[in-house]
Amino acid sequence: MKKPIISIKNLVAKYGEETILDKISMDIFPQEVTVILGGSGCGKTTLIKNILKLYNPYSGSVKIFDEEVTTMDEQEFDDILSKIGMLFQNGALLNSLSIYDNVAIPLEQHTALPKKIIDKMIKVKLDLVNLSHAVNMIPSELSGGMKKRAALARAIALDPDILICDEPSAGLDPLTSANLDELILKLKDLLNMTIVIVTHELASIHRIADRIIFLDNGKLLFSGTLEEAKQTDIVEVRTFFEVGTF
Amino acid sequence: MEYREQSLFFDGELTKHTVPALSYNFAQVKNQLIVTLDLRMVTKIDSAGIAFIDEMLLQLDLEPGNSLYMNEIVKTAYNTFTSVGIKQAKIVVKEDHFTRLGSAFIIFLNSIKDGISLIADISYWSFVGIFNKKGQRKGSVIQQALFIGVDALGIIALLSMILGLILALQSAAQLRQFGANIFVADLMGVSMVTEMGPILTAIILAGRSGSSIASEIATMKVTEEIDALKMMAINPIRYIVVPKFHAITICIPLLVTASTLIGIFGGLIIAVTYLELSATVFVNRIFEVLTFRDAIIGLGKSYFFAWVIVIIGSYYGFNVKGGAEGVGKVTTQAVVASIFWVIILDAINSLIFYFKI
Repeated sequence: MKKPIISIKNLVAKYGEETILDKISMDIFPQEVTVILGGSGCGKTTLIKNILKLYNPYSGSVKIFDEEVTTMDEQEFDDILSKIGMLFQNGALLNSLSIYDNVAIPLEQHTALPKKIIDKMIKVKLDLVNLSHAVNMIPSELSGGMKKRAALARAIALDPDILICDEPSAGLDPLTSANLDELILKLKDLLNMTIVIVTHELASIHRIADRIIFLDNGKLLFSGTLEEAKQTDIVEVRTFFEVGTF
Repeated sequence: MEYREQSLFFDGELTKHTVPALSYNFAQVKNQLIVTLDLRMVTKIDSAGIAFIDEMLLQLDLEPGNSLYMNEIVKTAYNTFTSVGIKQAKIVVKEDHFTRLGSAFIIFLNSIKDGISLIADISYWSFVGIFNKKGQRKGSVIQQALFIGVDALGIIALLSMILGLILALQSAAQLRQFGANIFVADLMGVSMVTEMGPILTAIILAGRSGSSIASEIATMKVTEEIDALKMMAINPIRYIVVPKFHAITICIPLLVTASTLIGIFGGLIIAVTYLELSATVFVNRIFEVLTFRDAIIGLGKSYFFAWVIVIIGSYYGFNVKGGAEGVGKVTTQAVVASIFWVIILDAINSLIFYFKI
């Protein structure tokens, strides 16, 4: 069996007194697309933010690349973060910078690549998300879908080992969404990328998912392959795959 | 990387970690005759590696079709990550100086037009709003009055007291030399009532309420709340600006009066403790010197200061461009413009009343 690239044990996350994630244990395996599913407010985004230490876990263990990150200092964790790309739910582009400069940030900060190479990499990444024409635009001039694509270009700028996407298809038309799935699969194969996606799009899940993690009210309800998810006896999971809603 | 027989041979990894060193090595050999790049021994490649290949081909003036020897790993990555054939992104063309000057002038004219239109709108709806509260949220004037007036009273009182102490202390040192101690009361009375009280209050309100008005409206515009109000057939000026206009109109005379009295009290403390004047003499002297006209001038101009703060804050708020960045920018612009116009109005007021233009 493959060794997990991200391993979570008994993770508890709280907002004040309220428990958002209750003893979550799960593994994410390399070169797989893992989809995190669950109804609104079940803790999907909180789970991702706890893995990436954007929120500090209340208790439990998170290992990335076999290293415990909950106790890691900021500098050490920065090295880990440079190998992870994150696509936030609303893009989270820096509004004062052009799209070009947004994509350039990780390349300029984390590599010693010459300017001309960086130029070409940005050009390619923006072309992959069909935004070659938007190089000079600032985020406020883009539509919601375009912002998300630009943010994806920034997330894959460094060809990260792990790409985490929080609802990448939300706000995109079906065609762009399908192209995005195709791109995700291509990146997985070409760069041996591990991909973690939060999404509700059933069509997209069928296209790209290798493994499913199903959360319900902060608890892990199901973890397994896509095929296992379709055949499980757990009502919530089954209902979702049959009806497409929670 | 190795150069032999008019070829560059690569092996191992061609990734973001190895490309910086390889770029340096390439710069050393690129003047030799190179006709092919042999990448068949490359074991790992990423988009930085492909960008490096593209850059080498460009610098060597080679075509990828007949100059590249690739294995399957490189070929697959190359097909995805090559920048060859990607349509060049739009380049921003800088306008010449005359065009920019012309554009700036047109923008200036438009801003004057927009400003006048906004003043007309605010004035009209504020007047109408006195008699007809339709289109306003219930209790919004009180809520705004609490924020603009009550919440600001502490800082205005503190600064007025400090200003009064400073003003009295600075002038006392001079007046004492001539035995003209009593004139500190004249100075404190006239300056606080006609100038310092109104201007200090206006500057604090510009910083506090002007910034809050601009940022609130700008945020509402950016998040499409203004559009939502319009879609519900609610006039945004009537709903957002008019309560602020009414609130500031109610609060400004009270704040200016408080500021003036506290400033004079500061002067009184210095007069009693440092100039050895009695409090009764100081107060009597102030009543002798001050006229009703002074009080009217001081309070009258403070209304114009207050209205200009609301109008400028609203103008910048409604004209925000961009997202969060734009909100920050217009907030700063609103505060600077408010303080600027408060001082300009004060200068005009001084000219009108003192030189009787």
